[in-house]
Amino acid sequence: MSRSSSWAREALAVFGKDCLLELRTRVALGAVLLFAVTSVVASGFALAPPSGVAGEVKASLLWVIVFFAAIAGLSRVFVVEEETRTADALRLAVSPTGVFVGKLAFNIALMWALCVVTVPLYLLLLEVPVRHWSLFVTVVILGSTALACATTAVGAIVAKATMRGALFGVLAFPVALPPLLVAIHATKAAWLSEGGWRMATGDLQVLVGFMLVIVPASLLVFEHIWSE
Amino acid sequence: MNWQIELRRVGKEYNERPVLQDISASVTAPGVWTILGPNGSGKSTLLKIIAGLLTPTEGEVVYLHNGERLNAQQRRQVVGMVAPDIALYRPLTAIENLRFFARARGVRVQDGDLLSLLEQVHLRSRAHDPVATFSTGMVQRLKVLTALVHRPPVLLLDEPGSNLDEAGMEFIRHTVRVQAEHGIVIVATNDTRELDYGEPLIQLGA
Repeated sequence: MSRSSSWAREALAVFGKDCLLELRTRVALGAVLLFAVTSVVASGFALAPPSGVAGEVKASLLWVIVFFAAIAGLSRVFVVEEETRTADALRLAVSPTGVFVGKLAFNIALMWALCVVTVPLYLLLLEVPVRHWSLFVTVVILGSTALACATTAVGAIVAKATMRGALFGVLAFPVALPPLLVAIHATKAAWLSEGGWRMATGDLQVLVGFMLVIVPASLLVFEHIWSE
Repeated sequence: MNWQIELRRVGKEYNERPVLQDISASVTAPGVWTILGPNGSGKSTLLKIIAGLLTPTEGEVVYLHNGERLNAQQRRQVVGMVAPDIALYRPLTAIENLRFFARARGVRVQDGDLLSLLEQVHLRSRAHDPVATFSTGMVQRLKVLTALVHRPPVLLLDEPGSNLDEAGMEFIRHTVRVQAEHGIVIVATNDTRELDYGEPLIQLGA
């Protein structure tokens, strides 16, 4: 047996452990997919042509579904450690940075899995004409990743609070709203606009910028919150 | 290698209610020390402060290695702890729990190594069973193993014999004896069967 030391190694261990736990329990995946698929199917029946619903509305609805599905499942990654009394074992073995990055990676993977199932189903049921496929895929990847960063950040902050349900709602609204609005705008550009990439470049930059700000800021706060 | 832990006027309050006040002590490896006191006297809180899981309201806990003070990251690497309210991942198997804590601690292990470790605590035949199916004694043995998987010089045990039968107690005694040969063991207890583990370090609630 030999030893190595880095937060990346710790994060990888946490990510692997969380994936294994999810495969066994399917708690987060069940909550996320149940909400998302039900919402998409219900929307498909109600809004598919010839309902006459505008593409702008469909773009908004897609991201609202993805956002609420994320809230249902992703926010619990830290809380579940407290509830199952494994948080102290994790604190003893892993640095706060390793815990946060591992949990973030797990949430991003969960969000991508959600999008892989939900987005094609949504496009199919609502018969959405996509003009710029490469742009749309990029928007989905960046938008879902940004939402995963936002929900992970807020989930980490409220994990040890007593009124965490109410606090999560209050904090998630201002944190998740910017990437949500930008993702909706960029999706409209990918579906409807002649301009495509040219129209959405600013949005994509905002999404990347949002992640570059929220992740380091959350890490700084998390170290203090997680330690006690 | 010389390991030392110093408690310097440690105090802890919860919502302005003092739980621990002005506690000072020093221990040097090798050896076993006990923190004694009735239920609610603050033994678990003090052990968590020593482990770095709680921050004292007053004072500090200092880890020294050959006279050099350790930072929080270094302290995490030298401490192993077993406590009733520190749980393992119940949906995961014994070997998966052990593998996770070994990898998280930076110990590169093969499954053969882990099975050998499980053999030492008579859990090899249950290596691939979920921890949720284990008895209290089996969970306790696995907890001790995960706490020692990175071979820490400092082992902190909170009520290690609670709910254990005589065979379980013998396992804990053996673990304490082996660990005490090269490191520091601090046991928090009010169990009369555990009073002879080592020298009384602190008597709380007296």
